[in-house]
Amino acid sequence: MSTVTETTMSHHEIEEAHNTEKTVFGFWVYLMTDCVLFAALFATFAVLRNNTFGGPSGQEIFKLPYVLIETIVLLTSSFTCGLAMISMQQRKREQMLRWLTATFALGLVFLGLELSEFHHLIVEGNSWRRSGFLSSYFTLVGTHGLHITVGLLWLIVLAAKVRKGGLNSTNVKRLTLFSLFWHFLDVVWIFIFTIVYLMGVIPA
Amino acid sequence: MSEHETNHETSQKLSLPTYVYAYIACLAISTIGYLLVQHHAASKWTLITSVVALAMVQFGIQLRYFLHLGHEAKPRWKVIVFWLMLLVVIILVFGSIWIMNNLDQRMTPTQMNDYLRHQDSL
Repeated sequence: MSTVTETTMSHHEIEEAHNTEKTVFGFWVYLMTDCVLFAALFATFAVLRNNTFGGPSGQEIFKLPYVLIETIVLLTSSFTCGLAMISMQQRKREQMLRWLTATFALGLVFLGLELSEFHHLIVEGNSWRRSGFLSSYFTLVGTHGLHITVGLLWLIVLAAKVRKGGLNSTNVKRLTLFSLFWHFLDVVWIFIFTIVYLMGVIPA
Repeated sequence: MSEHETNHETSQKLSLPTYVYAYIACLAISTIGYLLVQHHAASKWTLITSVVALAMVQFGIQLRYFLHLGHEAKPRWKVIVFWLMLLVVIILVFGSIWIMNNLDQRMTPTQMNDYLRHQDSL
C-alpha cells in the first residue's frame, strides 16, 4: 500500500492524533482522581500524626539525609523519563530505550531505599501496628511505593513492546501515558517529602 | 514502516533546556528545604511556612514543565479537571483536619466518660 495519497494519509493522521488526545485526557482524569485518593491518605496522616500512643514520633524515626537521597533519586528518575520523551519525539529509539532503562534503574533504587527504610522501622518494633501515626505513615508512603512498583512493571512491558513494534502510534501513545504517570508520582512525592518528612522532623 | 508511521504525537515540542532547568530548580528547592529543616534555620512556624512555600513552587514547576499542564489548545479540559481536583483535595484535607481537631477538643476523655455514664443511667 505504498500508493496512499497525501490527503488520505493526513486525514488518517489527524484522526489518530485526535484519538491519542482523547486517551491522554482520559488518563489525565484518572491521575486527578488518584490525587483525590492520595489527598484522603494525606488527610488521615495529618489527623493522626500526633497520635503516637507512647511510640516514637516522626522526629525520632525519620532520617532526613536518607530521605533527601530518596527524593533526589526519584526526581532524577522523573527527569530521565522526560529525556526519554524528548528522544521519542526525535524518533531516536535506542536513545529513548537507554533513558527508559535509566528511569527504571533509578525507580528500582528508590523502591529499594524505601523498602529498606520500612524494614528498619519494622525491625525496631515501629511497624504500622505500633500507633495511629505509624499506621497512617505506612499507608500513605506505602501506597506511593505501590504506585512506583506498578510503574516499574508497566515500564518492563512497554520496553518489550517498543523493542518489538518500534515507535508506532500505539507505542507512542503508551509511552506518553507512562511519562504522565511517572511525573505524577514525583509530584506526589514532593508532598510526602514536605508534609511527612520535613514537617515531621520540625521540633514542636 | 512502523518507525515512520507517526509524527503528530503531542502538539507541543519538548525542549531539552527546559527539562534541564526545571530539574535543577527542583533539585535546588528540595535541597534548600532539607537544609533549612536539618539545621533548624528558623523558628517552628517560619520553617513550616517556608517548606510549604518551597513545595508549592516545586509543585508549580513540575506541573508546568514535566506534566505540561496549560500547554494544550483551548478548550483546556485538563486545566479545568485539575482545578476541580484541587478544590476537592482542599475541601477533603482541610475539612478533615478541621472536623477531627474540633472533635478532639470537644470529646476529651473525661467528657466522654461523663457522657457514657449519663447514657448508662438512662
